[in-house]
Amino acid sequence: MVDLSINFAGIKAPNPFWLASAPPTNSGYQIMKAFEAGWGGAVWKTLGVPVVNVSSRYGSVNYRNTRMMGFNNIELITDRPLADNLREIEEVKKYFPDHAVIASLMVESRAEWEQIIKDVENAGADGIELNFGCPHGMCERGMGSAVGQEPEVLKTIVGWVKEAAKIPVITKLSPNISHITDPGLAAVQGGTDSISLINTIKSIVGIDLDSYAPYPIVDGKGTNGGYCGPAVKPIAMHMLKDLAQHPEIGKVPLSGIGGIETWRDVVEFILLGATSVQVCTAVMHYGFGIVREMEAGLRQFMEDKGYNTIYDFAGKALPNVTEWKHLNLKHKVVAEINADKCIGCDLCYIACDDGAHQAIALSDDPVNRIPSIIEENCVGCNLCSLVCPVEDCITMVKKDDGTQHITWNERTLNDDIPVTFDDDRAGGKGHFVPKPTDALKNER
Amino acid sequence: MAEYKRPTTKAEFDKNFKQKKPLMNDTEAYYEASRCLFCYDAPCVQACPTHIDIPLFIKQIHTDNVTGASKTIFDSNWLGNACGVVCPTGVLCEGACVYNHQDVPPIQIGRLQNYATNKTIDANKTLFKVGASNGKKIAVIGAGPAGLACACEARTLGYEVDLFEAKDKPSGLTVHGIAPYKITNEEVLKEVEYLQNQLGFNIKYNTAIDSKDELTMLETNYDAIFIGVGLGATRHLGLEGEDKKGVVGAVEFIEELRMKHHNTKVPAKVVVIGGGNTAMDAASEAARMGARKTVLAYRNSKENMGAYGFEYDLAISAGVDSLFNVTPIGIVGNGHVEGVKFAKTELVEGKLQTNMNNTFIVRCDMVIKATGQAKQGHLYDLIDDLDIDKKTRIKINSEFQTSNAKYFAGGDAVNGGAEVVNAAYDGKMAAQGIHNWLNK
Repeated sequence: MVDLSINFAGIKAPNPFWLASAPPTNSGYQIMKAFEAGWGGAVWKTLGVPVVNVSSRYGSVNYRNTRMMGFNNIELITDRPLADNLREIEEVKKYFPDHAVIASLMVESRAEWEQIIKDVENAGADGIELNFGCPHGMCERGMGSAVGQEPEVLKTIVGWVKEAAKIPVITKLSPNISHITDPGLAAVQGGTDSISLINTIKSIVGIDLDSYAPYPIVDGKGTNGGYCGPAVKPIAMHMLKDLAQHPEIGKVPLSGIGGIETWRDVVEFILLGATSVQVCTAVMHYGFGIVREMEAGLRQFMEDKGYNTIYDFAGKALPNVTEWKHLNLKHKVVAEINADKCIGCDLCYIACDDGAHQAIALSDDPVNRIPSIIEENCVGCNLCSLVCPVEDCITMVKKDDGTQHITWNERTLNDDIPVTFDDDRAGGKGHFVPKPTDALKNER
Repeated sequence: MAEYKRPTTKAEFDKNFKQKKPLMNDTEAYYEASRCLFCYDAPCVQACPTHIDIPLFIKQIHTDNVTGASKTIFDSNWLGNACGVVCPTGVLCEGACVYNHQDVPPIQIGRLQNYATNKTIDANKTLFKVGASNGKKIAVIGAGPAGLACACEARTLGYEVDLFEAKDKPSGLTVHGIAPYKITNEEVLKEVEYLQNQLGFNIKYNTAIDSKDELTMLETNYDAIFIGVGLGATRHLGLEGEDKKGVVGAVEFIEELRMKHHNTKVPAKVVVIGGGNTAMDAASEAARMGARKTVLAYRNSKENMGAYGFEYDLAISAGVDSLFNVTPIGIVGNGHVEGVKFAKTELVEGKLQTNMNNTFIVRCDMVIKATGQAKQGHLYDLIDDLDIDKKTRIKINSEFQTSNAKYFAGGDAVNGGAEVVNAAYDGKMAAQGIHNWLNK
């Protein structure tokens, strides 16, 4: 029996699908509607001293015919009075006592933190999320990512909060930092109950070619926004992995955020150690209804794999994410083209010839145009299989017999690595490369 | 099967002759362009007789550089707008699209092409530059696709160009001979006007060149002459009763339709003789003009028709019936055609034989002969040392030069009848041939 319910650092929810603190959680109306649609929790749009926003707030990166592949915003925290938000939190909890309502908070002084924590606890919030992530606007005032980028400050504030709070505390981290483990460790040392990540990434999504202003344009000017959406998912997953693998940080529950839109994204985040996921951009694009696809997909995956709860597979990919130096240098794959599937676009040829290792030959027959792999030149880089527009046409076939295993680390210990510029042990020594002047003969 | 009401107004005519390849809107073009794979050494480019860099112009459309896309198109094909609509793209660029091998619809290259060029023409964007004058002059006989392409190219190379056109409109068959559901007169003429405004060639209308004196005048006043005269009137079949009223040539019928639209008279029952693309067009057009019964009659089997499959399908979908393995042996009627007498044909030892013991009459009020156009042999006879082949096609070398060094030629007069795009290519290359020859 699949049971999607979670207990995230003491915050209980019917499922791991939470709305991230953002425009979709601006009001009780939206959150009630989301819970009706199937979301298990919501992190309220960040509360604090209400702000004044600008008009023209979002920008988008479209790729080919896909809209909002990347998305940024320059909207600040809530611009609604605290009392209105508190009243609505109370009302939502009345209708949905079993759903998770988490108050995202961002204030400055210790006194403000203590006051607002008391307020949201009284309103019935199930947990608190500390917004140390916003990379636009609020950081100019010493809050948001300004805190997330200063581990010592972050630790101090988490300490204040933990002293004051009776409900679980989630610290939300900014990705605008070199090593996510620095603020991660500071949060844990400050006593946080859990961590969520990532907040948005500082970005400029585009420049208008007529007005020369960055999007979103506010009366001829713009500012850096916070980047999110499908484009940031790989960055988010990497940072999640870094925290999950850390011996100390990995002990607290992690809530994954960043470009999540489908059940596959959800499963990937869970496999990297998340035990709740937060979604914003996908909802801003498609509405709350997308949770149906996420839930159905997650359930099906769990049934197919025989998992009862998400804890059965949370973090299951972590042992397989290692450092480069531990990868097997004896592993060998070579591309193989399925001639029956090939449509003759020859993109693999030009990608390999111009962008990789000159290991694909064009067909002599101008009609069939099916290229062929020059196996001895192929380094198994995957590029051809990635550019091929036909599913399963180019596959990477294992060529080593699986009996040999040596890593860079082991070779280093064995004193068997290239050390001089012209070392005979250079990996590419003797590997075929065309003569430079062969480039001039390729006139077709 | 469609049934068409006889059109009595321009609006009804336009409805019956709805454009097969309507203009794309911005969104459609953007989405369609996004599908292009940008193939290496793309098969569509190879399949285009003018070798337009199709993946490039599609990418330019996708990145909203429509002017750049048009430049790419016109750089290879001076009649890029017309060709986008009238080219049989299904057997050329779109037929070569690799998506066909994946059972995915090919990129709609023709419509994308037309989308870009049409926008550029409507915006009247300047794309071309007349070459610095070299003081030399070229005469072009015939302002059809080949002649126009030759004129455009020659202007960019710095030549003065005068075109001599027998009719009162430019573009030849593009405006007079192509089915009206493929392109409208307005669309054809606006492209020519666009080209002419930027390149400044002169067209002398209603000026047929058909005498030795006129040719001598051209030879005296011009450094080179391009023959782009296409083909002539529909060939006489030599049938008994062929001169009866109501027996017309397909080219003449289509021309009348292109010029008079709904005012063209098409009776209730029509027989179209022939199996080529022109026959398909004529039959389809007769049906769209409200003929109750249109019968296409071809002397050989369906498989042996010269017409493209899609053209036949289009005629059938317009409500045309077809008869195969029948050959006309006479036109019956009293002054006006009342029917066509056919004999069955059969293949005997690989040769088509007429069986005069098996004949029948198909009643009709009009016969359209789509059995090929005569060549302009009378003109060729007037040019000294002009070699023509057995089929009265002008012989040319790889530089599009004829056996009389001063004369170059291209288009239907050379290939015996092909697509607009072939003529456009010939004309362009012939201008380069002339340039090479004059600069030897």
